Amino acid sequence: MSAVSDPSTWVAQHGDALFRYALMKMRDESQAEDMVQETFLAALKARENFSGNSSEKTWLIGILKHKIIDHFRKHKREQSSDDIESLTEQLDQQFDRTGHWSIPMRTWQEPEQAHEDKEFWKVFSACIAHLPEHLADLFILREIKGLSSEDVCKLLDISTTNNMWVMLSRARMRLRGCLDARWFNRDSNKQNRGER
Amino acid sequence: MLSCKEIGELLSQGLDRKLSFTDRLRVRFHLIICKTCSCYDKQLQFVARSARRLMQPDKDNQGIPPLSDKASTRITDTIKQQLDKAENKKE
Repeated sequence: MSAVSDPSTWVAQHGDALFRYALMKMRDESQAEDMVQETFLAALKARENFSGNSSEKTWLIGILKHKIIDHFRKHKREQSSDDIESLTEQLDQQFDRTGHWSIPMRTWQEPEQAHEDKEFWKVFSACIAHLPEHLADLFILREIKGLSSEDVCKLLDISTTNNMWVMLSRARMRLRGCLDARWFNRDSNKQNRGER
Repeated sequence: MLSCKEIGELLSQGLDRKLSFTDRLRVRFHLIICKTCSCYDKQLQFVARSARRLMQPDKDNQGIPPLSDKASTRITDTIKQQLDKAENKKE
């Protein structure tokens, strides 16, 4: 058994990570804040049970994850969950039978500039939200500082890191397609004039 | 020789782990002759960079903001109240 850190330091230590995860899932700032608070209060009650098998952050995010699932269940708002089969099919359509690309790959003009644009971040977040649930979760958790690959696998019940890499590749491929359609080449006329 | 599909997989995995020497060579040669994959590679890297900035914005952040000061204070206070309550019960 290992003890948790002083709960009065939790917000400073983990608040931002939990909030960002919650906000990506809830898409509402005040609801996300409430979820973070509920998570800490639940953790406070359960802190005797903290096993120390995972890091404190992983433990807290695990609680938050369940809180969010409960919230959606209560409010009967189904989280989008495409089934994996159809996703695999969609991805396969990007390649022909011999494994060559069957879609056009258009270059992105000055992608870094997009980072300075508020609208871009809205589009990017929306693209993530449109991923199948488990891929979105993986994609977000992967970027949380202090969570190792093993932590992420544990949180999402992914059996091996190898599977995680394959899933990440799918997530990125979809996000690339989404950004291409909704941002970089959204105005295909402009693209044709500029590029060719 | 690996197909674009297989190379695409390796390009993504290369962002998560160090590829084997053979795989690195395969990728490098493929990218020299395949414009589509080399374009895909750049876009994939951009997606990964964007994810990092979204979750860990820098100073003039455009990604997801941190927990607001107001909320941080409120939540910290609530936690402290609960801790005090528990202390009082013990005594």
